[in-house]
Amino acid sequence: MAQTLSEQILSHAAGREVRAGDLAVVEVGRAMTIDSIAPELIDVLYEQLHVTQLPHPERCAIFVDHVAPASNLPTAQGQVRARRFAQAQGIHAFYDVGRGICHQLMIEEHLVQPGTVAVGSDSHSTTYGAIAAFGTGMGTTDVALAFATGRTWLRVPETVRVDLSGDLAPQVDAKDIVLRLLSLVRADGFTYQAVEFHGATSLSLSSRMTLCSMTTEMGAKAGIVVPDAVTRQHAPVPDWLEVQDGAVYQDVITLDLSDIEPLVACPPRVDSVVPARQLAGVHVDQVYLGTCTNGRLQDLHAAAAILDGRHIAAGVRMIVVPASHAVLQAATEDGTLARLLSAGATIGPPGCGACIGRHMGVLGSGEVCFSTGNRNFAGRMGAPDALIYLGSAQVAAATALRGVITDPRAID
Amino acid sequence: MNRIWLFGDDVDTDQIIPGRYSPYMTSEDALVQHAFIEHRPDFAPNVRPGDVIVAGSNFGCGSSREYAPRALQKCGIAAIIAPSFARIFFRNAINLGIPLFVADLTQQVSDGQAAHLDPADACLTTLDGCIELPRPPAFVQQIQAEGGIVAYYQRYHRFPEEQTPHTW
Repeated sequence: MAQTLSEQILSHAAGREVRAGDLAVVEVGRAMTIDSIAPELIDVLYEQLHVTQLPHPERCAIFVDHVAPASNLPTAQGQVRARRFAQAQGIHAFYDVGRGICHQLMIEEHLVQPGTVAVGSDSHSTTYGAIAAFGTGMGTTDVALAFATGRTWLRVPETVRVDLSGDLAPQVDAKDIVLRLLSLVRADGFTYQAVEFHGATSLSLSSRMTLCSMTTEMGAKAGIVVPDAVTRQHAPVPDWLEVQDGAVYQDVITLDLSDIEPLVACPPRVDSVVPARQLAGVHVDQVYLGTCTNGRLQDLHAAAAILDGRHIAAGVRMIVVPASHAVLQAATEDGTLARLLSAGATIGPPGCGACIGRHMGVLGSGEVCFSTGNRNFAGRMGAPDALIYLGSAQVAAATALRGVITDPRAID
Repeated sequence: MNRIWLFGDDVDTDQIIPGRYSPYMTSEDALVQHAFIEHRPDFAPNVRPGDVIVAGSNFGCGSSREYAPRALQKCGIAAIIAPSFARIFFRNAINLGIPLFVADLTQQVSDGQAAHLDPADACLTTLDGCIELPRPPAFVQQIQAEGGIVAYYQRYHRFPEEQTPHTW
């Protein structure tokens, strides 16, 4: 019987045919954790599961990205524990301060492969669907069990197909596609489901990562882009992984990309989405360009193109945090960084930065931030009454330039 | 009698516990003081073991942080009742052995109302009587009976696996 991409991947990882609704125990190709969760994960492994040696250290990965470099004594101590644990267990996929955000590195460093299952102790692990992997976020205990056994269990999700057609207009980004989708299905629209993106052939790997990253904001268990030439350029795709006629989809949503305009999610909800032009004039104090959702070279290029030869508005601070060391290096070598600096932006070390409100850009009471991140919940980036607007790098750059939320198409 | 803490729709994990108050940034011991610290500052000082959370849809959306359900567990919350849960929170709570019930009681109960819940009976008792709660799927009940997924795994040396489709 025909299967969705998720059913194919999970069947392969389970070693038996599974269908939506089944509980399945699957082999995990890569389990990953991060500095902020590693200390409690180590406690679960050593103190609760009494693990002495991990069976598959080559299938584990640890990233120091959530507070990198350490901001205080507890975070520094936690990172010391993570480093010692990786060394003791022989986890070679250990990425220390400055290497970048876990999700970016999982793909950039080929730690996850098309057609495999990857679990991470971070909700944006759905990002790996960009290369046709089944990536999903889990909590400490689940990931600890994946470290301890090389396997995990899950309920095979139903799949919603999202059919994309047409091409994006200039200054419109993959972020706008996913914000449009959020406005249609809302923050719980894909709960327990997988999303399969069809017709994404015109989108770059970077854009696909933006799409898949944000599927978790709709409650999805996984978001997978149908593999094609772009996927194969990155990594080999198994022959068995392909769209099958007759696969059962719970719903089909169609989106014409040429209809989409620059959009913004208003605080404090990710699904409170309006056109950027409708927010024209909303003052911002800080513009944050970065995160696993939109901190890649493509995003830095888009921002630099808008800021070129100009200067950000007085009273606005613009913080650029590349998603990885490789992005930072590439942006340095091709002059993008110089263009952003000339425009008045400042640069932070690759990592999660201010997105989770822990350091390097925390918002004070009443402040307004425009961020290219993925969440605008109250208190997410600092004071509970600080406001976070979310959108693309293009809207972020146009907003930094004017000091008020600005549709990038309004910039000459 | 304990009490009900009533919340609306889409309670995200940043509301349950902001990332700045994670054990990583502070300490595990401080977790209990920081539950709902900004969203509902009266919660942590007044919550008592056995209290029940009744909420709207999509409870626990957002981050995968397991310290969000763990904070509620450490406060002694007897159960969380909501018409739907965000999937990672749902898993985390089951893994930790926190009773969850999928039911919409937001129109039936009020904040601060006296109530008692015995998870084994799947009944929320108020002065008006018993509100029966739908029991979770069998495999969830099994994990919860062991007190969480770690204890379950240690006892059975396997993960829950069923081939028959079910819904919740």
